[in-house]
Amino acid sequence: MTVLPSPLMLSAVVALPPQHLAHLAPLDIAIIAVYFAMVIYIGFYLKQRNNTSEEFFLAGREMTAWIAGLSFISANMGSLELMGWAASAYQYGILAAHWFWIGAIPAMLFLGLVMMPFYYVSKTHSVPGYLKLRFGESSRLLAAVSFAIMTVLMSGINMYAMALVMKVVLGWNINFSIWVSSVTVALYVALGGLRSAIFNEVLQFVLIWAGALLIPILGLIETHGWVGMRARIQHNFPGQDFTHMWHGLGAFNHNPMGVHWTGIVFGLGFVIAFGYWTTDFLVVQRVLSAQNLRAAQMAPIIGAGFKMLVPIIVILPGLLGLAVLPHLLPESVAAHVPGANSYNEVLPLMLVRYCGPGLLGLGITALIAGFMSGMAGNVSAFSAVWTYDIYQAQINKRAADSHYVTIGRWSTILGVLVSIGAAYLVMQFASIMDYVQALFSFFIAPLFGTVILGMLWKQATAAGGFWGLLSGTVTSVSLYLWVHFNPAALAHVAFSVHAKTMAENLYRALWAWIVCVVVTVVVSMFTTPKTDAELNGLVYGATVLPKLEAVPIYKNHWFWAAIVITGFFIVNVVFW
Amino acid sequence: MHKANVSIWFFNGVLLTTYGLMIGGYGVYELISGHTPPVVLAYLHAPLWWGGGMLALGLLYCFKFAPGKDNHATK
Repeated sequence: MTVLPSPLMLSAVVALPPQHLAHLAPLDIAIIAVYFAMVIYIGFYLKQRNNTSEEFFLAGREMTAWIAGLSFISANMGSLELMGWAASAYQYGILAAHWFWIGAIPAMLFLGLVMMPFYYVSKTHSVPGYLKLRFGESSRLLAAVSFAIMTVLMSGINMYAMALVMKVVLGWNINFSIWVSSVTVALYVALGGLRSAIFNEVLQFVLIWAGALLIPILGLIETHGWVGMRARIQHNFPGQDFTHMWHGLGAFNHNPMGVHWTGIVFGLGFVIAFGYWTTDFLVVQRVLSAQNLRAAQMAPIIGAGFKMLVPIIVILPGLLGLAVLPHLLPESVAAHVPGANSYNEVLPLMLVRYCGPGLLGLGITALIAGFMSGMAGNVSAFSAVWTYDIYQAQINKRAADSHYVTIGRWSTILGVLVSIGAAYLVMQFASIMDYVQALFSFFIAPLFGTVILGMLWKQATAAGGFWGLLSGTVTSVSLYLWVHFNPAALAHVAFSVHAKTMAENLYRALWAWIVCVVVTVVVSMFTTPKTDAELNGLVYGATVLPKLEAVPIYKNHWFWAAIVITGFFIVNVVFW
Repeated sequence: MHKANVSIWFFNGVLLTTYGLMIGGYGVYELISGHTPPVVLAYLHAPLWWGGGMLALGLLYCFKFAPGKDNHATK
């Protein structure tokens, strides 16, 4: 997921019609088998390097910036990301790229430049662990429990959606897909811990690009470049604008998403993106594995550079689909038309269009790799939070270090089993996905409010942090329920009667963040803050950050951040 | 105790080389036999050059990060 796949996307994948789009040749099967053999081998190979909890949960904190950065971005590139956002690009055009650019790049740079020193210097093992150091046990417990539950549920949902895609595209049995992929992930993460997850994520990152990049290359050859593609889209869909990012955002009813630029900039670009990229332990854990502070600061910047390129393999295939496959239908319509295909099949259809034996297997392997990297990210983060922030904090505080490694291995397997259970639960009640997705989003925005105030404002108190986090979460849940039971309330939550679901998500996050910040500030003003000595290593202004050794400019993180942000502005202007 | 010290980039190199051989090999067969699959732009012989590219990149990584060349696992 880029930030989070939308409920629309998840439910749409579930609703794919029962027909097979492709048949694998023996060569394709061999390519997939080689991939599985490699990831399992890496798990066994790295098992010997996980004797301490630091090694198991944080990969010994010895990853280079490149490995941590690629792993950081790969853990986020689940298969739903590839499938779902390609479908969104077919439906909404290049507007979907906002989730990769303004919805990611500034937040990732902020993590690297501003927040990472505090995460890293505090030597925390997790984001809830930072909340414990900064605000106390109650805030940690609230964040840890909500994160643990949501992580395994999301993992299960992704697992089910992926198995369903494999069934539709290849005719594979759902149970086979769920169990084979899950057991493989459980095996290599339980054996090799975070190090194994990270190694495989780097491998999966390369595979995803190798398998997916050919589609836009061949697509642009077929359409005679970007200009030719735009001309075909305009011919296929006269009067509709699919290739401008900001042009139609002046009013809710001037674009197919039903959003306004304020929602994109403040709701997505600020609250949701910063919430996800700076506080979701799934991604932050990868950066905490870096070998030193400079590597930890460089990793998100490297990740941001690659994130900016992901639309090439996700959004561009959706746009090319508009040019060469103009007859795809909305899911609700396609389900009732024999032989019709929906938006959600655009990526596999493009894959089948250009890729014969061998390349098709590589493309399918890329989808499987995307799923496995996302799932490994979820279960390794779950394992760390469960062991450090729930088991060690609440159940067994004084066990030997080796005991926590054992708990980590078993909680990895537990996480996978619960994920499988969640997958079967979703199979029975597909609508659960919408609610779980919403539930997950409830915690992101207020958690960002709590963490950012905790890092940048010395006066924030333990009571302020806890009540701010709780009230922000309650606000988000309340607004969701208000609109759910009274759709007319959307006009109040998102400021317009023309607002659509996407706009509701963005503005709900903004409201939750504002309430969290206001409550934190007000409660903090009436309670006693910690002393500067207690806040050393945790808060800006009370922390003496270690002086980084001088390096040539091409190794300086500020230099690369400047390049990435310049690229960010350029792509937004070019596709304005 | 034996410590794992094969670089992740070497693993990448092995995988890319293997895939390059498999896909590029099929591309050669396709070219020689004239048997092309029913896909758009089949005349471009994508398996040949895409597989060749992966093979070249894979060999480069295998050579550069070969075990025993002082490549720590995390580099």
